Amino acid sequence: MSLADLFTITAVSAGAVFFLAGTVGLLRFPDALTRLHALTKADNLGLGLVVLGLLPRVDGVLAGLKLVAIWLLALLAGAVVSQLIARAARRADPPA
Amino acid sequence: MMEAFNVGLALLILALAVWTVVARDTFAAVVGFVAYGLLLTLVWVQLHGIDVALTEAALGSGLTGALLIGAAARLRKTEGAARAERPGVSTRVAAALAAGCVTAALAVAVLALPDPAPTLAPETAANIAATGVGNPITAVLLAFRAMDTLLEAIVVLFAMIGVWSLAPDRAWGGRPGPLHRADPDGILAYLARVLPPIGLVVGLYIFWIGADLPGGKFQGATILAAMWLLVVMAGLADTPPIGSARLRIALVAGPVVFIAIGAAGVATAGAFLAYPDGLAKPLIKVIEWALLPSLALTLALILAGAPERPAK
Repeated sequence: MSLADLFTITAVSAGAVFFLAGTVGLLRFPDALTRLHALTKADNLGLGLVVLGLLPRVDGVLAGLKLVAIWLLALLAGAVVSQLIARAARRADPPA
Repeated sequence: MMEAFNVGLALLILALAVWTVVARDTFAAVVGFVAYGLLLTLVWVQLHGIDVALTEAALGSGLTGALLIGAAARLRKTEGAARAERPGVSTRVAAALAAGCVTAALAVAVLALPDPAPTLAPETAANIAATGVGNPITAVLLAFRAMDTLLEAIVVLFAMIGVWSLAPDRAWGGRPGPLHRADPDGILAYLARVLPPIGLVVGLYIFWIGADLPGGKFQGATILAAMWLLVVMAGLADTPPIGSARLRIALVAGPVVFIAIGAAGVATAGAFLAYPDGLAKPLIKVIEWALLPSLALTLALILAGAPERPAK
């Protein structure tokens, strides 16, 4: 096993742990806002680590840039959608 | 290892399908359906059908999901009343019997298929060079099965006319969908300014790469349509009145070019939708370029809904 393989296994596994933690948070946290918090933070980091782990395995700089672009787009979408859902949740159930 | 993943994926899809059917809440069922579509995308990737996977993600899950969410939102007011009505025992037994018979018939039909399945793949592969297109899916869709693709493009147009026909008389010729008013400094308006340039590049890239690699006009057009709808929903632009002559020309331009090239084939190559020798690839490109804007507009207008506001 080369150093690159070890790096991939470590980073992708760490990413999977974040996905797992995010899912547990989604299932266990008490209300919409905290569930969103668990989901977006964990997914962003989890996907970031998976992409980081896969980077040494791509053939060519272009394919690597595509992977990073996918992560950045997921970051943007996650941040915007969680804001929109949080606003809708707040409107439906205003804080006392 | 991969075996375990595939079995797990199949079980998850079956479970999600059952859940989607059983779910009592319409919105929950729609969310189940979208997740089901995304899992199906993974199955297509596993089967090396990347073109189908892209289409499933963009159209099967994305566009259809958005349509169903719109429908669920409209049905919300009547949902309580619909749920209170419980069909009688005889109706439910009849429904269960009918559904069971259809399932049994499908199972018999699938099990009765010859093994190995009859295939034209070797012949197609042997003749693919004649089209000059590198992606076999694109070659099949636009050369060997061009008729299906032409009808598909026209069916989408008909679906949009079906949506338009739901317009009340006073709104006929007017603008589809509600007037969207979002905070001009809000997060949605921000996304509607940041994302479309990226989406345009990605959509055109997926369209352009379709000649040689997985991709194509339907997937590209869906992304372009999504970008336009994002701008509309953020209140930065409005949908055009459906009475506009320019809009109608843009909608039919793609299918008209396709039909014209098909008809020219009768004179130059001896059959409708046949391409003359050596001209297959350029003609396929012309058709793809003509269909892209028409498809993007049509898909976006299907999602935008029936005209609701007079054009003024």
